[in-house]
Amino acid sequence: MSIPSFKGYRRENGRVGIRNHVIILPVDDISNAACEAVANQIKGAMALPHAYGRLQFGEDLELFFRTMIGTGSNPNVAACVVIGIEPGWTRRIVEGIAKTGKPVEGFSIERYGDLQTVAMAARKAKELVQWASELQRQDCTLDEVYISVKCGESDTTTGLGSCPTVGNVVDKTIAMGGTASFGETSELTGGEHIVKGKAANAEVAEAFMQIWNDYNDFILKEKTDDLSESQPTKGNIRGGLTTIEEKALGNIEKLGKRTKFIGCLKPAEAPGGKGLWFMDTSSAAAEAVTLWAASGAVVHLFPTGQGNIIGNPIEPVIKLSANPLTCSTMSEHIDLDVSAILRGELTIDQAGDQLLEIVLRTCNGRLTAAEALGHREFVLTKLYRSA
Amino acid sequence: MNTPEFLLHDDKDTVGVAVVDIKAGQQVTGRSLHGDARPKVKALMDIPLGHKIALCAFKPGDTVIKYGVDIGKVVAPVKAGEHVHVHNLKTKRW
Repeated sequence: MSIPSFKGYRRENGRVGIRNHVIILPVDDISNAACEAVANQIKGAMALPHAYGRLQFGEDLELFFRTMIGTGSNPNVAACVVIGIEPGWTRRIVEGIAKTGKPVEGFSIERYGDLQTVAMAARKAKELVQWASELQRQDCTLDEVYISVKCGESDTTTGLGSCPTVGNVVDKTIAMGGTASFGETSELTGGEHIVKGKAANAEVAEAFMQIWNDYNDFILKEKTDDLSESQPTKGNIRGGLTTIEEKALGNIEKLGKRTKFIGCLKPAEAPGGKGLWFMDTSSAAAEAVTLWAASGAVVHLFPTGQGNIIGNPIEPVIKLSANPLTCSTMSEHIDLDVSAILRGELTIDQAGDQLLEIVLRTCNGRLTAAEALGHREFVLTKLYRSA
Repeated sequence: MNTPEFLLHDDKDTVGVAVVDIKAGQQVTGRSLHGDARPKVKALMDIPLGHKIALCAFKPGDTVIKYGVDIGKVVAPVKAGEHVHVHNLKTKRW
């Protein structure tokens, strides 16, 4: 199989990106205002406000730093300005991102105030957006693209059409030597034995079951009912999905028919090589895609049934649906309509080829529906209460 | 062959997924995605697109099969052709 090529951005560390963002990254919730002020002042700079970054500790703090450093390190990001309330954690994030070789500079607000910090950071951001605007797209191949996959507002049509279409693309891109990741730990419940059977070896299978069991134990500990309306969601139920088992079996169709997964990742952890990887994530769309973007994924494939409208600020999210009602009533959100699968007029393999074409067009610079509509959901995963 | 009104993932499935809005009283035909099954059943109630139709009778405690595997337990009697959803099917997990 020949590997399709496209024009992408090859970063200082050799990683391939498909967008050329300059981001203004707040270290903490109280630095959002300064970051947004810089982004308002400088065309082409994008602030990524979020809710956390103060008084976190332990594994939750490690995940926070991994997410922030990973977001700045993503190959879709050309350069970063980091703003925090104090210099210590700001420097830690700047130094983490600087390992990629890309331009990054930190500013802290204490002993300057918002106004002077914004003035200094905006001057730097202006310099970085002008520098980034001269970077040229270069020849890249699809096997250099790290793809993440996750569905949302699923219904029975995702299991019949859009998830198998993604699975077909996973099979094809991994066969080309590509890299991909799936997750949604709790949403594999009912099909965890099937996922286990898709592990490349016994060690990976064991690691997966350990992560799944831990998540399931957490749900069993915290639940007050059978989770109906939470998992499956109210939207899933409206679309005809009844139980978590049924939802999981549709979800798992995204893993493909032939591909084995070669390892398990912590949330926001970068894959250690090419192939398909499992990542321990929440099943909530914005949280999960934020984790994948922080792990370095540059394009996301998102099957939806009832019409989840999520986007991400740095990782383009491509939406496909096999639900004819959703494709007609929410067409502005859907990049690929595969509802012909339900009518027997389109095979999964043909739909996979159509999705691959959309992936390549997106890699070449075509905006996804979510990008054009301005969806920039940047949502950090919080493991537990702050200190 | 006419376009089927519902699909099965596997020949062993005991429910089908409506791919059109099915009306009560309609005689409907299914197609299996991974097999040769072409079951027929008379719909006893309206089944909206995406919702499940029972292909056999179930009694409380029975397991429902979709994708060829267990998707939960029946909690209220179901006749062939009826709508299967949260009112008569529950998870075995949570």
